[in-house]
Amino acid sequence: MSNITPREIKKEFLKSKMGIAGITILCMLIGVSIVAMITIPIDTFQEWNNPGNWISNPKVAIPIWINIFMVEKIPEHKILESPTIQNISNGEINLTSHQFGVNFDYDDFPNDFIYEFSAEYSDSPLLQMSVIRPDGLKLDLMSTSLPYSEQRTTHSERIFSTDESIKKNLSLQSEKFNFEFKRFSSEDIIFSKIESKETLKGNYIFSINLYGVNTDNQIQKSKLIVGGKAFGIMGTDELRRDLAIGLLWGTPLALFIGLVVSIASVIIGLLYGVYAGYKGKKTDEAMMRLNDIIYALPALPFLIILSVTISNSIFVMVGFLMIFGWVGIAKVSRSMSLQIKTRGYVDAANMMGQKDSKIILKHIVPQLLPYAFASIAISVPAAITTEAGLSFLGLGDPSFPTWGQILHDANTFGAAARGMWWWIMPPGVMIAITGLAFVFIGNALDAIVNPKLKR
Amino acid sequence: MRRYIATRVVTMFGVLMITLLITIALVGSNMDTILTQGIVFQVRSEITENPAIAESFSTVEEFEEFIQSQIEQRIKILGLDEPWYSPQRIGVTMYKIMMLDFGNATFLTSDEGSSDVKDILFEKLPRTVLLFTSATVIISIIGIFLGAFSSSKVGSIIDRITSSFAIISSSFPVWWIGMLMIFLFAFTYQIFPARATPDIPSSDPAYIGSLLYHMALPLITIVMIGFGSWAYLVRNFMVGIMQEDFIIAKKTIGIKQKKIIYTHALKNAAPPIVTILALSLSGSLGGAIITEAVFDWPGMGRLYFEAITVMDLPVIIGATYLLTVFFLISIFVADLLYGYFDPRVRTGK
Repeated sequence: MSNITPREIKKEFLKSKMGIAGITILCMLIGVSIVAMITIPIDTFQEWNNPGNWISNPKVAIPIWINIFMVEKIPEHKILESPTIQNISNGEINLTSHQFGVNFDYDDFPNDFIYEFSAEYSDSPLLQMSVIRPDGLKLDLMSTSLPYSEQRTTHSERIFSTDESIKKNLSLQSEKFNFEFKRFSSEDIIFSKIESKETLKGNYIFSINLYGVNTDNQIQKSKLIVGGKAFGIMGTDELRRDLAIGLLWGTPLALFIGLVVSIASVIIGLLYGVYAGYKGKKTDEAMMRLNDIIYALPALPFLIILSVTISNSIFVMVGFLMIFGWVGIAKVSRSMSLQIKTRGYVDAANMMGQKDSKIILKHIVPQLLPYAFASIAISVPAAITTEAGLSFLGLGDPSFPTWGQILHDANTFGAAARGMWWWIMPPGVMIAITGLAFVFIGNALDAIVNPKLKR
Repeated sequence: MRRYIATRVVTMFGVLMITLLITIALVGSNMDTILTQGIVFQVRSEITENPAIAESFSTVEEFEEFIQSQIEQRIKILGLDEPWYSPQRIGVTMYKIMMLDFGNATFLTSDEGSSDVKDILFEKLPRTVLLFTSATVIISIIGIFLGAFSSSKVGSIIDRITSSFAIISSSFPVWWIGMLMIFLFAFTYQIFPARATPDIPSSDPAYIGSLLYHMALPLITIVMIGFGSWAYLVRNFMVGIMQEDFIIAKKTIGIKQKKIIYTHALKNAAPPIVTILALSLSGSLGGAIITEAVFDWPGMGRLYFEAITVMDLPVIIGATYLLTVFFLISIFVADLLYGYFDPRVRTGK
């Protein structure tokens, strides 16, 4: 156990396939964490539980890549934010035109569409909305004047496809279609073929025109959302949150929880055990009794009570996990230090009058380091699954999108019953992969440091 | 040996007391608020039920004063006028909890409608034991045989499959696999019920059958995730023992491999295996909380989950206490077994 140099460990480790697999997975997870921290602004995950932040996403949308496997393509959710802008001035009348091109290539109708804008104007300009379809047909959707104002004012509004006036406008143009569409919704009519109710594929151009007398009328913010049933790489949940963001941010959080808890508890346990073993006699007895007590506490019920009564902050939880984590390691390192302290050089150092702390840190602890590394790796998965479990029970820190948190939400919204596999599968797979990486590394290390396991 | 048992008993009792103290310290102030609110509610409802009391007062102030005095009187009877950390109250509370008197639940009730925490707990406990003890038994039987078998063929395909299955299955949270199992076998293929709670009352004779049918899916899930690591553990013990001199000697005499494994080696591997079995039985009681919550299995775990959701503190305290007691008993049994099998532990050397 004790006569292995770090170099030997490294050499042996690189020989083990399992160890390399573990390191590879770990590197990928670290890569994902870095990507998450660089590409996703930190305020996005802080807004994880703010529904207003996710309003333009669709509800329970399936991941986009599913379309690759589907014969009938599911409409993707589109958020268009950069229209082609034209300003035409014709004497007195001024026209500001925003045009959105939508390439619609799916076998199902979109869920809805929303036009979101804010306009700066004075007087009462006229807002017109129309769509030019791939077959060249032009449909007028809306024609309304914005509320009158004498001074310059900014007006923000959302126009929904469910708007009554859009429906009315469309029914006025019903002679253009060869079928009766009274009971169909606006988006079904707009995206339908003339002959029958089937989707018409191709490029649609939505144009929004603002007519006014003044030259300085402007549309500042302009956003067209064509609501679909597929969104992003990982889909969305009931609260319209982009699950990809939650999963990405879950990675650094899980690594943080797992590593901090296991490193800290191994260090505490190591020092505690070594000190007890080295001191021996009454100190040992007393310290081991305390160890027995903490060992006998049922961890999960206690963690539940602690997070119910004290705080469910992620940092407090990490602290509690440490309290329950160090006990086993203390027991093992005590027995190891009992062996080491009988060796000649420890006696020699003792006789030379070296301080206890120095003997422990210089002569005994280094001997236990290989074992400590293996224990760190082995205890990481337990910390991650415990946090996930607590979060699943609804005791997690609500301000962080951890994987357990996502699974908790999936369970509350009945994801399994509704067939929303993309809400259940990925978080669990991520937990398992992360656990696996550390189990691999730990087992590979264990096989090297622990001579008993060698065959 | 007797001294060994005595020290263990004393230690375990000490642990129990400390657990109780910590629990009380953690929930004390919240409990007091809840109890006081309960008294206020009780007094007010009693008075509204009996309009004669209200009529006997001439002014509103007098009436309010009467209510207030009633509340204070009851607070005094229950000892709530002193803070929870006064030694007297801690003593009383600890004694009550030890005697399994957890008071009344704030929101939850047992299936029979009783709000006594004790009734609730003793209704749920057998179901948890039923599910997790049977799971542990099945897991250990499969594990011991699979482990012994793989240890006899170290490096074979079966050995490798067992080992890698053990490693992989141990990194999946059981409750997540549970969610997937529900997704697959309750909704996609409707073989098992999605909720593990039977929908017929527990007095019905068909209840047992229904309960067992509802138990199938959680049981399969727990066994599926659990037996791998058991087999791996047993295998590692056995591999170690197979290298010991006496086994090698038996081999050279020419005793059959099978006989060596299943009689001599397994007998020698028994102490740690039995100890771990005792420990995992206790672990199965506590560790089941989340799995039960997923499957909605009507045991201690789901009770915990419900109690947390509505913050029913008396129930949480009671459940924690009961789990601690069971946990300690099984640790104690494991300790004794270990001492019995390994005399070095007993003598403290």
